[in-house]
Amino acid sequence: MGSTGSYILRRVLYLIPVLLGVCAIVFLLFNVVAGDPTALLLGKHASAEQMAELKVQLGLDKSLFMQYIDIVKSAFTFDFGRSWSTKQTISSMLAQGAIPSLTLTLPAFVISTILAVLFATLVAYYRGKGIDLFVRISCIAMMSISSLVYILVFQNVLAYQLGLFEISGYEFGFPDFVPYVALPIIIWVVLSLGPDIRFYRTMILDEIYQDYVRTARAKGLSEKKILLKHVLRNALIPIITYLVNQLPFLLLGSLLLESFFSIPGLGGIVITALNSSDFPVIKAMAILSAVAYIVFTLLQDILYTVADPRVKLK
Amino acid sequence: MSLISFKDVTVDFNTPEGVVRAVNGISFDIKEGQTVGLVGESGSGKSVTSLAAMRLIPNPPGIISGGQILFQGKDLVKASEEEMRKIRGNDISMIFQEPMTALNPVFRVGDQIAEVLMLHKGMSRKEAWQKAEMLLDQVGIPNPKASIMKYPHEMSGGQKQRVCIAIAIACEPKLLICDEPTTALDVTIQKQVLDLMFDLQSKYNMGMLFITHDLSVIADIADDVVVMYRSNLVEQNNTEAIFTDAKHPYTKGLLSCRPSLEKNPSRLLTVADFMDDAGNEIEIDQAKLVPDEKKEKKEETPTLLEIKGLSTHFPIKGGLFGRTVDHFKAVKEVSFKLQKGKTLGLVGESGCGKTTLGRTILRLIEPAAGQIIYDGIDVTKLDKDQMREMRSRMQIIFQDPYSSLNPRMTVGEILLEPMNLHNIGANKEEKIEKAKWLMEKVGLTAAQLSRYPHEFSGGQRQRICIARALAVNPEFIICDESVSALDVSVQAQVLNLLLDLQEEFGLTYIFISHDLSVVNFISDEVAVMKAGEIVEMDKASKVYHNPQRDYTKTLLEAIPKGIPKSLLAKQQ
Repeated sequence: MGSTGSYILRRVLYLIPVLLGVCAIVFLLFNVVAGDPTALLLGKHASAEQMAELKVQLGLDKSLFMQYIDIVKSAFTFDFGRSWSTKQTISSMLAQGAIPSLTLTLPAFVISTILAVLFATLVAYYRGKGIDLFVRISCIAMMSISSLVYILVFQNVLAYQLGLFEISGYEFGFPDFVPYVALPIIIWVVLSLGPDIRFYRTMILDEIYQDYVRTARAKGLSEKKILLKHVLRNALIPIITYLVNQLPFLLLGSLLLESFFSIPGLGGIVITALNSSDFPVIKAMAILSAVAYIVFTLLQDILYTVADPRVKLK
Repeated sequence: MSLISFKDVTVDFNTPEGVVRAVNGISFDIKEGQTVGLVGESGSGKSVTSLAAMRLIPNPPGIISGGQILFQGKDLVKASEEEMRKIRGNDISMIFQEPMTALNPVFRVGDQIAEVLMLHKGMSRKEAWQKAEMLLDQVGIPNPKASIMKYPHEMSGGQKQRVCIAIAIACEPKLLICDEPTTALDVTIQKQVLDLMFDLQSKYNMGMLFITHDLSVIADIADDVVVMYRSNLVEQNNTEAIFTDAKHPYTKGLLSCRPSLEKNPSRLLTVADFMDDAGNEIEIDQAKLVPDEKKEKKEETPTLLEIKGLSTHFPIKGGLFGRTVDHFKAVKEVSFKLQKGKTLGLVGESGCGKTTLGRTILRLIEPAAGQIIYDGIDVTKLDKDQMREMRSRMQIIFQDPYSSLNPRMTVGEILLEPMNLHNIGANKEEKIEKAKWLMEKVGLTAAQLSRYPHEFSGGQRQRICIARALAVNPEFIICDESVSALDVSVQAQVLNLLLDLQEEFGLTYIFISHDLSVVNFISDEVAVMKAGEIVEMDKASKVYHNPQRDYTKTLLEAIPKGIPKSLLAKQQ
């Protein structure tokens, strides 16, 4: 097995202790510290028998150790049981919620990344000139406006007055969902362009003052070619870090946009679960986030080896 | 006809403090096939001059504000950017100082050479790669077929510089500009690279502009020498005349300040012996010009430091769970004794373990085996508190005076910190008094205590590092390449200072360096290191005049003689 193969295997094996740890924290929070949930679920007037019966149903009559084992089992099988409030299986709830969330966050993420890298390369090329200053000032201006302003103004002008998009709601199936997610996607892009362009511009300019760029100039290469071939390739390394760190949040959905546009995504599910003390859903999300985080950092490490030949996974 | 002529070239930099003139109206010519050495200290404007010929001065802030640079009759100052791109890498090529960073880390060596051929010669990718392979062979890279697929980080510094040379000569330029191409390389590698450049130059009949701060490097290869000092051209002549009959006091100082293997003076001459701060020639003290022969320290003194079977290992991780599968043995069972008040020079090429040995002696790196007996105490057995106490007796001065001083602390704070740590001086006033005294001891002034490191030159910063080491009254100092980053003229001053301090305070030094002439000047005994072992150790005079090992001989032969070939022929 190559060193990269054994590296990936090792990182996958690291999942086991990390998941056991996450399960332990979840267990401590919900099964030990939170106390008896049956009173919460049945209300003030429940009889002792009803509570005992529910305890058996929820598996809370078992010893604490066995309860921990139940959580660990769910983490490794992805079978998290049923929601307390909707009684649906949690896996189907999450699968259903993931679709609206991803149809919103994925295109938004891709579009904003492409636009930000394009703009950043452009202003790096014209660094110090008028267009650079203009874009930088625009970035700051865009960042200075609250996201609520964008949401309310865009909803009012573009959706309500001009009728270009749906104001809120969601329909499953392509292309039915497009008019519902288009506006939140635009708002996402507008919100992230400011900080992203500034970040990528800095990363690119960091590279422009390196010695190898001087060598490239001494070869007679044009500034455009130097930027697109030599500089951008090196700037990719910090850019990958920045991008992959955002991926887990795509899965969790955008709480803010989903609630303003009434999109039934994961963000909404989490909020409802928190409000109604739906412990199994919260537990499932906590465990899944941990798994996603580990998987994405592994992906990040693998991408590094593609972008940077100096990185060897050992 | 001249290949390129600089006519009254002036370069200005616009800074917030006003216009700084980096090059002040200089004129000189390079003929076809001729090598011109451009010599000067850092900041003298020599690199800016070379960048001007490529029109690569960063603009803003830099601008060629006057004069002409005629290349084959065409004024490059007035050429358009597009015209310049056709000349760069094609008619005029450049090799830079730092081979470690001059190549793009994410592209294969083959791509980086082929790029310039595809750009200027219109070759297809395939043709360019074939030519690149030939070029790698020509610059002496072993196994070009495999090497062409390598990334820069998979090559040594010398190999990388050879790749840079391959890129530069790929289009057979008429002029090759080399900006300190060997300064960052080991002495043996330097010789190989210089020989290679000389061969290529005569083969392609290139004109060459060779920039360096060290005259001895170009003595062998330059036809003419141009000397720059503080943005001005102060002297130009053919190389032989420069070496035998220098006119300008700065040139005279530069020629005298480099330690050589032949002479063994008790102290080095410096530029300040020939010229005052304003650049005026001063009356030369004839007695000073011929310094006393260095006296060998005959008297036996008690042993201060004894190293017994010292080894340092670095773990190599591997396997599924990153266990330590093996060790890299950086220092292998080294033993020696060092007497009080004497200097041991530790020489060897990069990677030989000399720095690791120095740091292990101070327990900045923990040894794997062996004993470090300092003044009768086994340092390896000391616990943390005892070690901290010990550290006031053993100090170190690092290579890079730019990065070893905290930029956010004033010089005063830098000097007081170790005193506070080791409770030296009864109160603050006493400590400040001591800091003032230290500043004067190392040739600075007490008034400079409130300044920050960036306000000082490289040589002055190294003096501050020395003062910091002295602040805790040590008996023993390890100088780890402490003068390697300095210009030769500044290097001479710092070496003299180290000798003076040794005499005054009875200090014992271990002086680590890759530069054999410097070690010869400062050391009583010399140890030659190779692959973690000391291969030869003896009195300095014996090692230099009667080396026993082939490795030592190779190192000695690689040192530039610093005498022009024509002169050498006449002498024999």
